Amino acid sequence: MVRQWVRAAVTVVALTTGSAQAADPFIVVQSTTSTQNSGLFDAILPWFEAESGIDVRIVAVGTGQAIRNARNGDGDVLLVHAKPAEEAFVAEGWGVSRQDVMYNDFVIVGPKGDPAGVRGGSDAVAALTAIAQTGAIFVSRGDDSGTHKAELRQWGQAGVDVAQASGGWYRETGSGMGATLNVAAGMGAYTLTDRATWLAFGNAHGLEVLVEGDPGLFNQYGVILVNPEKHPGVRAEAGQRFIDWLVGQDGQAAIAGYKLDGEQLFFPNAR
Amino acid sequence: MQDFTQEFTIALGLIFTGDPELWAIVLLSLKVSVWAVFIAALIGMPLGAGLAVGRFPGRRALIVLINALMGLPPVVVGLLVYLMLSRSGPFGVLQLLYTPTAMIIAQVVLVTPIIAALTRQVVETLAVEYDEQLRSLGVSRLSSVPVLLWDGRMALMTALLAGFGRAIAEVGAVIIVGGNINHVTRVMTTTIALETSKGNLALALALGAVLIALAVSVTGAVSVLSLRGERQGLGHA
Amino acid sequence: MRDFSVMTDHPILSVRGLSIARDGKALLGVDHLDLDGPGPTIILGPNGAGKSLLLRCLHGLITPDRGTVTQGGQTLTDQVRAGQAMVFQRPVLLRRSVAGNLDFVLRRRGLSRAARKTECEGLLAQGGLEDKARQSARSLSGGEAQRLAILRALACKPSVLFLDEPTSALDPQATQEIEQMVLRASDQGLRVVMVTHDIGQARRLARDVVMMHGGRVVEQGLAAQMFAAPENGMIRRFLSGGLMV
Repeated sequence: MVRQWVRAAVTVVALTTGSAQAADPFIVVQSTTSTQNSGLFDAILPWFEAESGIDVRIVAVGTGQAIRNARNGDGDVLLVHAKPAEEAFVAEGWGVSRQDVMYNDFVIVGPKGDPAGVRGGSDAVAALTAIAQTGAIFVSRGDDSGTHKAELRQWGQAGVDVAQASGGWYRETGSGMGATLNVAAGMGAYTLTDRATWLAFGNAHGLEVLVEGDPGLFNQYGVILVNPEKHPGVRAEAGQRFIDWLVGQDGQAAIAGYKLDGEQLFFPNAR
Repeated sequence: MQDFTQEFTIALGLIFTGDPELWAIVLLSLKVSVWAVFIAALIGMPLGAGLAVGRFPGRRALIVLINALMGLPPVVVGLLVYLMLSRSGPFGVLQLLYTPTAMIIAQVVLVTPIIAALTRQVVETLAVEYDEQLRSLGVSRLSSVPVLLWDGRMALMTALLAGFGRAIAEVGAVIIVGGNINHVTRVMTTTIALETSKGNLALALALGAVLIALAVSVTGAVSVLSLRGERQGLGHA
Repeated sequence: MRDFSVMTDHPILSVRGLSIARDGKALLGVDHLDLDGPGPTIILGPNGAGKSLLLRCLHGLITPDRGTVTQGGQTLTDQVRAGQAMVFQRPVLLRRSVAGNLDFVLRRRGLSRAARKTECEGLLAQGGLEDKARQSARSLSGGEAQRLAILRALACKPSVLFLDEPTSALDPQATQEIEQMVLRASDQGLRVVMVTHDIGQARRLARDVVMMHGGRVVEQGLAAQMFAAPENGMIRRFLSGGLMV
């Protein structure tokens, strides 16, 4: 009896895995939480999937982890927002080439009470300096994501050593953007977020955008095909087709057309 | 808090009006965890029984190890399985990463020690009780294993349920090896994590209620079935 | 000393130079013992006399520190032991149905499905358990459970049946039923060796008696003679109820 069970188990497991591979062609895209949490992929992917018959599977993690996963070959396409890290990824041969896809911007959100008095500003460095001086709580992603890297650049320009304040007024969640916004909302703290995640975020009670419009808060997304020479398993053809669509007329139009409450979340800028 | 209660009610309503996408997620959760428990049982039960009746050097140490592994952190298991299944890992060629199979594998790793340790306990207690009787009937140590497993089936059912509870409620491992890919590897727990990170706390909580209801009904169904089996003296082999 | 008038083809159980000690204390010391004749043999003695220990040695459940046990001249190989069965003081029933407990043994004998069914029904009838076949064995009363344990032992088709105080936890009614089953088995040619500390039971069942005390055999003989004229001071005291060690 036991032997029959084992045989049945092996058969079914084989079927399960088999069906996963025999289904429609698919690609795995390593991407960021901001693109997923904002609902962008849910809105634009059906267009591509209908046209190409290729199933796009999104793994949404922080930019840092996405790049590491892609480096391990666990993805066919990388779509993230940390240009220097992306260029290094290509320069080291892990990616074929990098192309701009779209942008939006980062904003500084904080409690309505605004203890650091930064409301209405458009200078991120000045605002962060004020926050550091008043010792108002600031919540950081702290996860090596694109947003985290952008935030650290701003602190660097402000000349604030956040490592020293860590655990004090500077709190690192080590989590995704949404989780970090939950923490900021819970503590009545400031944080830096990409605009798309912010607009799609449903638990913003007590938080509002206080600083926006700084050119330094520009948030560029790029797309890279993982190098099949490094990882022969990469579905290069399907991956390239997705990239071509994304930076092409249809993809760019789809991105521009995605709105939440009438507000456009991402601005296509592929050349 | 008022509007939260309202949101929660709306979310529950959405769920019970039979949203097909949600039911697909529920079914995948069940499928992954049931398979994981089934495979873990095939490994864990003979292993636990072997530890209970076997006499070999290192047995004590192995029992301590298995007991300790019951508390394996899911995230660590997820990471280990990821490293194994990654295209850069030793089993990368199988292309199992980001599939339900990868999630089953991770849960098997989590659940097997639980089933093995509990089986060891059940079988050892039973083995002491049955020892002389089975030897009198000429049943060897090795061939006593299926007898003890069968006769301990009620307690072992509890072990399986403990394993199932661990599997279905776990998020740390499956989100790493499954990737929480929509329509492919998105299960109850990863959906809850995602909705929480989107700030949709009411929906996340409503999903949590469904998950709890699911776990309770599976446990309840199994308990009722085994109780009825016991009363009718089922298991006439 | 022994003068068995009836010699049969029953296998002779022989014990030579048997001793078991734990922590320097001698628990069992039986230098020379032969159990021949048709039985039933009753091993009688007070608690702690070593009766159960001796029985387990005879059945090969315990390997003595020294000495040998043979049955029909053969050591207790698996094959020889397959011709023995034992009923314990507390019946250890498998967690299955009444019939399932019997079927477990019949299956081990390699019988066909049909043969198992026939034999199972016959056994259940012998023990008066026909209408409880599908019931969980664990739900039986004490007397029924012990009857099932005996039926299961009989299902092994043994030539020797050991019983270790099978009625010590039972009421008089249940005890009587068990005793009848034992006598019937003996009448049908089964070699019965039973341990008890109940003199009344010994009188009712025994053809021959082995009297033990302090881990040693103090007397052996035909029941009729022993109970009529006890030779030994010890057995006299035990029979009169004065020995309560």
